Amino acid sequence: MGLWIPILVIGGTGIVCGAVLAAASRFFAVHEDPRLEALAELLPGINCGACGFAGCSEYARAMLEKGIPVNLCKPGGHETVSRVASFLGVEAVAGERQVALVLCKGDDAAASRSTLYNGLADCAAAELAGGGGKDCRFGCLGLGTCARVCPVGAIEITAGRLAVVHPELCIGCRQCVAACPRRLIKMAPESSLIHVLCNSHDRGPLVRKVCRVGCIACTVCVKLVNEKGIRMKNNLAVVDYEVPLDNDEVVSRCPQHTIERRRLKKTVEV
Amino acid sequence: MRAMFRNRGGVHPAYRKWGTAGAPIEALPLPKTLSISLAQHIGVPSKPIAQKGQKVHAGERIAEPGGYVSSAVHAPASGVVKAIEERPAVNGKYALTVVIETDGAMEDHRPDEADWTRLHPKEMVDRVAQAGVIGMGGAGFPTHVKLTPPPGKTIDTLILNGAECEPYLTADHRLMVEDAARVWEGACILRKILGASHLRVAIEDNKPDAIRAMEAAMKGADDGVALVILKTEYPQGAEKQLIYSVLGRQVPSGGLPMDVGALVENVATAVAVREAVVAQRPLLRRVTTVTGPGIRRPRNVLAPVGTPLQDLVDFCGGLTEDTVKIVVGGPMMGVAVATLEAGTAKTTSGLLALTRRVVPQYQSMPCIGCGRCVGACPMGLMPCTLSEHLEAEDYEAAEELNVLDCIECGCCAYECPAARPLVQHMKQGKARVATLRRQRESQAVK
Repeated sequence: MGLWIPILVIGGTGIVCGAVLAAASRFFAVHEDPRLEALAELLPGINCGACGFAGCSEYARAMLEKGIPVNLCKPGGHETVSRVASFLGVEAVAGERQVALVLCKGDDAAASRSTLYNGLADCAAAELAGGGGKDCRFGCLGLGTCARVCPVGAIEITAGRLAVVHPELCIGCRQCVAACPRRLIKMAPESSLIHVLCNSHDRGPLVRKVCRVGCIACTVCVKLVNEKGIRMKNNLAVVDYEVPLDNDEVVSRCPQHTIERRRLKKTVEV
Repeated sequence: MRAMFRNRGGVHPAYRKWGTAGAPIEALPLPKTLSISLAQHIGVPSKPIAQKGQKVHAGERIAEPGGYVSSAVHAPASGVVKAIEERPAVNGKYALTVVIETDGAMEDHRPDEADWTRLHPKEMVDRVAQAGVIGMGGAGFPTHVKLTPPPGKTIDTLILNGAECEPYLTADHRLMVEDAARVWEGACILRKILGASHLRVAIEDNKPDAIRAMEAAMKGADDGVALVILKTEYPQGAEKQLIYSVLGRQVPSGGLPMDVGALVENVATAVAVREAVVAQRPLLRRVTTVTGPGIRRPRNVLAPVGTPLQDLVDFCGGLTEDTVKIVVGGPMMGVAVATLEAGTAKTTSGLLALTRRVVPQYQSMPCIGCGRCVGACPMGLMPCTLSEHLEAEDYEAAEELNVLDCIECGCCAYECPAARPLVQHMKQGKARVATLRRQRESQAVK
């Protein structure tokens, strides 16, 4: 008899709890769109936040419930957008793949560092403390804040303390663009070829003092392309990526070798 | 009287004031060029009104306040405006700077006016604003804004800050010794503006000659006035610490001194206020201590605002060969600068040249959990825990541990046996937490 009491008590509690749970799952059930899970599965699932939502499932929910456009997923690219669009039965065109580009090529061999910075190895902290030793006030500090936020490890800090994005790995999530305290990472469409790799708005003589490869605002490139594709903006040549530009002369004639031809596409064309 | 209340935390660095504590204030010959930053104060940068190529005379206004919390800027000497452009400033950042090529005339001979006691406080605050006076202790908060408390706040006690707790610096010390009468008159003017019943003059006990000089100047003052002798300790002169030492009142977290009915003004600010009210003279010069083991002849220099650091160094015999670091301000809170081109600001109380011997290079190590920073923190924070949260970018945890209360005094980093860059962690953490808070607030408004 002594054995039956605990069995009845525990078993009875279990039955009661089971009944309560069964009732709760019936009456308090949250009705979720059955498509949600399947839709979230179609997204890359790296939760980069580039679409503007807190992770892939939030974006999927927003597409279903609020009718948010389906082409916001940047890392997924064309494939994902077409899959999502066919799943939801809508038409959508993916924007061109955008690739992050560090607008500085002044590594330690080219740009001077006249002071020693031995504080926190973080660009934002160094910027607060007066620029981390780099003499150019616009250039890359090379302490790797962008590399640390990159979800796919596409940014390399070279031995010369310069951040370089590997375009074939970049998913275009823009985390690095937001993280850089000097705002020198920009997005470029993958079809673009010619890039001005400098962010310095200082006048030419000042740039020359601190960097061998900085834009000195000589305007040679701008004149060559007749202001189509490259324009001067406050002592800096800026590429206008809206205009397709494929002109090797601007690369060879740039006296500072600031302008580079760089392919950003993933595959090699034959 | 002695201060009755003892602050928590604090440190006792080597003071090294003997190099300049006995050196009289010397006027610097007018430099050839002056670069006057338009972002010397806290708040909106000033807007330049002078044009490039324009001839300006000494005391002429060259920039207007850019907003409510802002300040006017004047030409310290006559000359021609050579450039208005971004240049390095003494805080290590770049700021819009007016460069003046001087032509030798500096003095602005305006006689003292008659009795200031008949002026209305509003008129006096207006004169302070016109003169571009900002807090000269280091932070550079526009004085006229501080003197206009919002309705409903009453200030019963004005504290004149002559603590000068930073090692090396003696600018305020010499000012009190040599110019006690004007310091005192400035304090009386400030008291009248605020309508404060009490006035406390607070000086650390390592400056007996300054205490004697101020006592002599204060002779015959009414019952509301007292001189408070503080224990020599860093950071005794920090606003919140000073209020606690003198009055035993604790400024609440996130609050201002006026929340406890107190207001602190630096002695150099008092002199600037006196000049502004009595003679309508704008703030054009200040005393800067040029010292440190890397300076050949340490001095207290009276120099116009905008004097290039190089001119100050040259006036004091130049740098020794083993100088490795130039710091603007004191060694605890000062900012290391990369160039001697920058011009001094109204807040530049010191210029230190430090040698290899006093600036050893440490490798920062992981926290060993000894808690010495917790004991040293005058705000009662836990710098060790905070720095670990900030290293992990956990800003919410840092906010919960009141990172925003940090006054960046440097006591924690001074004590840390693992040589961790604690203050830098705090500075960055404060900036990030403040941004996050603003984002949250703007979202809440939406």
